[in-house]
Amino acid sequence: MSKTPPKQKGDPETTGHVWDGIEEFNNPLPRWWLWTLYACIVWALAYTVAYPAWPMIKGATTGVLGWSTRAEVAEEIAAVNEGNAAINARLDSIELSTITTDPELDTYAISAGRAVFKTWCAQCHGSGAAGAVGYPNLLDDAWLWGGDIDSIYTTIAHGIRNEEDDDARYSEMPAFGEILEPGEITEVVNYVMSLSGDAPEPALVSKGATVFEENCSSCHGEDGSGNRDLGAPDLTDALWLYGGDFDTLMQTVTFSRFGVMPAWLGRLTEAEVRAVTIYVHQLGGGE
Amino acid sequence: MSNYIKLTVLGLVILVAMIGINYARDLAYQIHAIIVMLVAGGLFIWVLRHTDEPELNTVNMQGEYMDGVIRAGVIATAMWGVVGFLVGVIIAFQLAFPSLNFDWTQGIGNFGRLRPLHTSAVIFAFGGNALIATSFYVVQRTSAARLWGGNLAWFVFWGYQLFIVLAATGYILGSTQSKEYAEPEWHVDIWLTIVWLAYLAVFLGTLIKRKEPHIYVANWFYLSFIITVAMLHVINNLSIPISIWGSQSVQVFSGVQDAMVQWWYGHNAVGFFLTAGFLGIMYYFVPKQAERPIYSYKLSIIHFWALIFLYIWAGPHHLHYTALPDWASTLGMVFSIVLWMPSWGGMINGLMTLSGAWDKLRTDPVIRMMVISIGFYGMSTFEGPMMSIRAVNSLSHYTDWTIGHVHSGALGWNGMITFGALYYLVPVLWKRERLYSLSLVSWHFWLATIGIVLYAASMWVTGIMEGLMWREVDANGFLVHSFADTVAAKYPMYVMRGLGGLMFLSGAIIMCYNLWMTVRAVPAKQASLVTAVPAE
Repeated sequence: MSKTPPKQKGDPETTGHVWDGIEEFNNPLPRWWLWTLYACIVWALAYTVAYPAWPMIKGATTGVLGWSTRAEVAEEIAAVNEGNAAINARLDSIELSTITTDPELDTYAISAGRAVFKTWCAQCHGSGAAGAVGYPNLLDDAWLWGGDIDSIYTTIAHGIRNEEDDDARYSEMPAFGEILEPGEITEVVNYVMSLSGDAPEPALVSKGATVFEENCSSCHGEDGSGNRDLGAPDLTDALWLYGGDFDTLMQTVTFSRFGVMPAWLGRLTEAEVRAVTIYVHQLGGGE
Repeated sequence: MSNYIKLTVLGLVILVAMIGINYARDLAYQIHAIIVMLVAGGLFIWVLRHTDEPELNTVNMQGEYMDGVIRAGVIATAMWGVVGFLVGVIIAFQLAFPSLNFDWTQGIGNFGRLRPLHTSAVIFAFGGNALIATSFYVVQRTSAARLWGGNLAWFVFWGYQLFIVLAATGYILGSTQSKEYAEPEWHVDIWLTIVWLAYLAVFLGTLIKRKEPHIYVANWFYLSFIITVAMLHVINNLSIPISIWGSQSVQVFSGVQDAMVQWWYGHNAVGFFLTAGFLGIMYYFVPKQAERPIYSYKLSIIHFWALIFLYIWAGPHHLHYTALPDWASTLGMVFSIVLWMPSWGGMINGLMTLSGAWDKLRTDPVIRMMVISIGFYGMSTFEGPMMSIRAVNSLSHYTDWTIGHVHSGALGWNGMITFGALYYLVPVLWKRERLYSLSLVSWHFWLATIGIVLYAASMWVTGIMEGLMWREVDANGFLVHSFADTVAAKYPMYVMRGLGGLMFLSGAIIMCYNLWMTVRAVPAKQASLVTAVPAE
């Protein structure tokens, strides 16, 4: 027989069962435990009467309160939309370039635009709008497609090089690997680097200038200062979207780049696009 | 004769595995086929070398408990525990310092691959081995019978280790069906089903031939755990393989039905694997270590049936505010709240069993470990129903609060009760007088406890913070924070969480050393009672 531990004074009865020396006291259920369990059950039944709960043959009970998660969120959204309806109508109709003449609307648009930006734009441009490799910094003065408020609006509304919007901004740099000799690419890269700093091989710069004039200047300009109508970047300002080191520039010239931005009008309302335009414009680089 | 059948079967397995290696559509399947071929090949040679040897007379063995497989299970539990905790520490620091997702480990060692490795290693490798080993121990002792089925118990042990290796290599190589806690693909699932049914047969067979008139409460919990996990595993993994030579498959359920089946499984993996099974551990080892009777037989009956009846319905609370219909969400919530007291029944029975033995808390760090484990059990089974309330869930869901909740349960309850059981088992199984060092147990206790507190507290803070940040709107109803803002704000808490995990891991390593030295350096116990003698 397995030995059981000695009992203590005042121990209650056991059930008489013993397993490997383990016994069980015959204590009753703790009252507070039992009554809390009952209370939970009563509450649960009442709750299932109040809220949608029991599946029946044709759909579930809807609950006497008539509450549903969909209705709740629809109400919240409707309340916000209703509250902002008047000011959104003003935002829809104002000439964007005159926004600063209406400080109340301007303040509203900036906070609305910040929310839109943090939800939809931050993934690429960063939550502080400082950009990343391939995604422009929106805080500085360099703009690919124009930094005045109407240009920014067009870029956001229709996007860049996407296939969903016929009015998307579009341009395409050729992959010069198929057009130029490797030596010529090395020369033009040296020239481009000399525009904003030092070329790694200064001897190649003058040859590169010729290559540049014949192949690149039609878009990037004679002096390399770019062309906003074509989204052609300024090559003289030492700001680089994909990187300004020799290897990256070789890559860019050889294979080209094709940055895409979605069209936001349609996904967002007119007021939201205008708001985020105003927000981006006032970040620091707006013209 | 049986050896010839074994050789034929093993030969066929080797052949099929070789065909699998040849036709494998993906690397994970190929590696799995290689593993299976090597294991079957090893067994083939082993069986071949022992063919025609005189069979051991097994009749005499019936008078003894089968403890070899439990010793192996104890070693596996401790080893997989350290592995699982280590991977957890690594991924915790990967979240705090993303540069630890090294370029050279992309595709095998980045967070996405290691995360399921961590969860499965701790739940199924550490927790599963603890459950199998302790259930084999407890069912023999409380039934006064040797394990049923001869070497079937060894098949369960080694088959389960093979499952763990297949699952782990699959995760690292990207073989996953993307179901949380049920990531292994169809071929691994089928193997686990076979092993699990063998486990059920061993456990049930032992219960049936028991020499005690009644079935002890720990065994009710173990049995409900084994049966329910079998059902959950089979239904949640219903899928159609794209090819028998590839690891990919298509789920039978789709859309919200798939989500509901997944969380019916997921919630009851917590309910039956991590709660019912571990209550089985608690119901044997706490009264043994405290040397006191269980507090209330009535409570154990009522809370057992209430727990298993209610738990199975609570899964929908994982899917509040999703495509799941509101009625299902309501039912999941109310069943979770009614579940509160049945869960606490286990806590009361565990803690009150110590009445009359509270003084042992001062002298016995193993009891201390068990008590704090029951405390964490009570805390997380209160927190769980609270988080299932829709209004609370709308704040807590998708945040680190959930991670904190899971870990206060997993580290506090499952981890600590397992450590307690291991400290109890090693001296008994290796017939030692005592543990090597109680002061090392104390070190383990404090490192683990402070580690859990750091972990849970930092995850509460960061979870509630990010929940509030996500929903913060200005006067016009516009969101104030971007998602990246909330990630940046969590950094200090992520570091603290990693440190908490590191402390927990250190404690487990100290335990392994202590258990190792118990076997190596502590003198053997004299004239121990190992034979199966019915108690009545």
